[in-house]
Amino acid sequence: MAFIDYYKVLGLNKSATTAEIKKAYRKLARKHHPDVNPNDKTAEHKFKEINEANEVLSDPEKRKKYDKYGKDWQHGEAYEQAQQQQQSQRHYQQQGPGNFGGGNFSDSEFSDFFESMFGGRGASQGHGRSAGFRGQDFNAELQLDIKDVFETQKRVLTVNGKNIRLTIPAGVENGQVIKISGKGGPGANGGPNGDLLIQFNISNSTKFKRDGSNLYATEKIDLYTAILGGEVTVRTFDGKVKLKVKPETQNGTKVKLKGKGFPIYKKDGQFGDLFITYEIEMPTKLSDKEKALFNELKNLQS
Amino acid sequence: MSTATYIPIATLCTSYKVETSFFQDLNEYGLIEITTIEKSPCIHQNHIKNLESIVRLHKDLHINFEGIDTVLNLLEKIQELQEDLAAAKNRLRIFED
Repeated sequence: MAFIDYYKVLGLNKSATTAEIKKAYRKLARKHHPDVNPNDKTAEHKFKEINEANEVLSDPEKRKKYDKYGKDWQHGEAYEQAQQQQQSQRHYQQQGPGNFGGGNFSDSEFSDFFESMFGGRGASQGHGRSAGFRGQDFNAELQLDIKDVFETQKRVLTVNGKNIRLTIPAGVENGQVIKISGKGGPGANGGPNGDLLIQFNISNSTKFKRDGSNLYATEKIDLYTAILGGEVTVRTFDGKVKLKVKPETQNGTKVKLKGKGFPIYKKDGQFGDLFITYEIEMPTKLSDKEKALFNELKNLQS
Repeated sequence: MSTATYIPIATLCTSYKVETSFFQDLNEYGLIEITTIEKSPCIHQNHIKNLESIVRLHKDLHINFEGIDTVLNLLEKIQELQEDLAAAKNRLRIFED
């Protein structure tokens, strides 16, 4: 548990007046308030820090105690007293977040440092964030592979000890957020529950590049097939197709395979297109005979 | 239309410790939409999230209603830009090896 320099948090020096503390706090609160920084964990953390700093420095008693013990706070009388108070609160504080990755569901309002020195959550002076009627929204991230979102699938997630059945529609985008209404924190005094917001982080280690419902891939073809034409078998996302290569196909030629792309989000049975770019492979390690034949071709051109 | 999805303003006044006039003012500034259900002014449940954000901006940061309207418009713009940026980033992955 580290010492927190509350003066530094508010950008003040130790001789700051009450008015200066108030001004600094209000300015920083406007900058970092969670409602003006939605989905910004850094701002949320910063807001908690400045609230805590204000809680201590704007209260003459707390400020005096903080100033007196400073960095040696662990040896001070305040620490001794706080330790006793803390025992009774520890049980409550240990009710941590659920086991669902990335969730940040029940962050304590105050740091361990604060709770050790001032004995738990303290009586808030009405600063910080006003209490709500509607429950808190829960934010979570779900890591998926691109192969997982090629087909609609059902998953059961555990969020804060509750099982939630989730249908992940095929074609969901990387970074997309799905809202599950009413599965967030409980409301207060009969207020509605918050929502569960799940962000999908989709990794892709396949040879296919994805742009929405379209897929892109390169396919190598040999020089002779490119010049004379022929057939090649190319891999699509979920299978293989045979393609006719036209004679005199140029390097970088693009072929569109209609409907062989990625599923279109929430449009059952509809798919985007697959774009194949041909990359012509030049022959190497030519035999004397091959070289002679290429020379013959060269002479025919001139 | 289920009334369960509408929350009476009287209930909200108690929860947020504000006067009824606060909601009337918000309505006049076009920040909220009030629906009357059985002669009682209510707010739809889906608008509560937005309403709570307004209450916090007003109570925590002392922002007046004109300021809140401006903040909300700018936040909406930021969200649109963030969505555009995310889409552009996804698109750029096509060119990455």
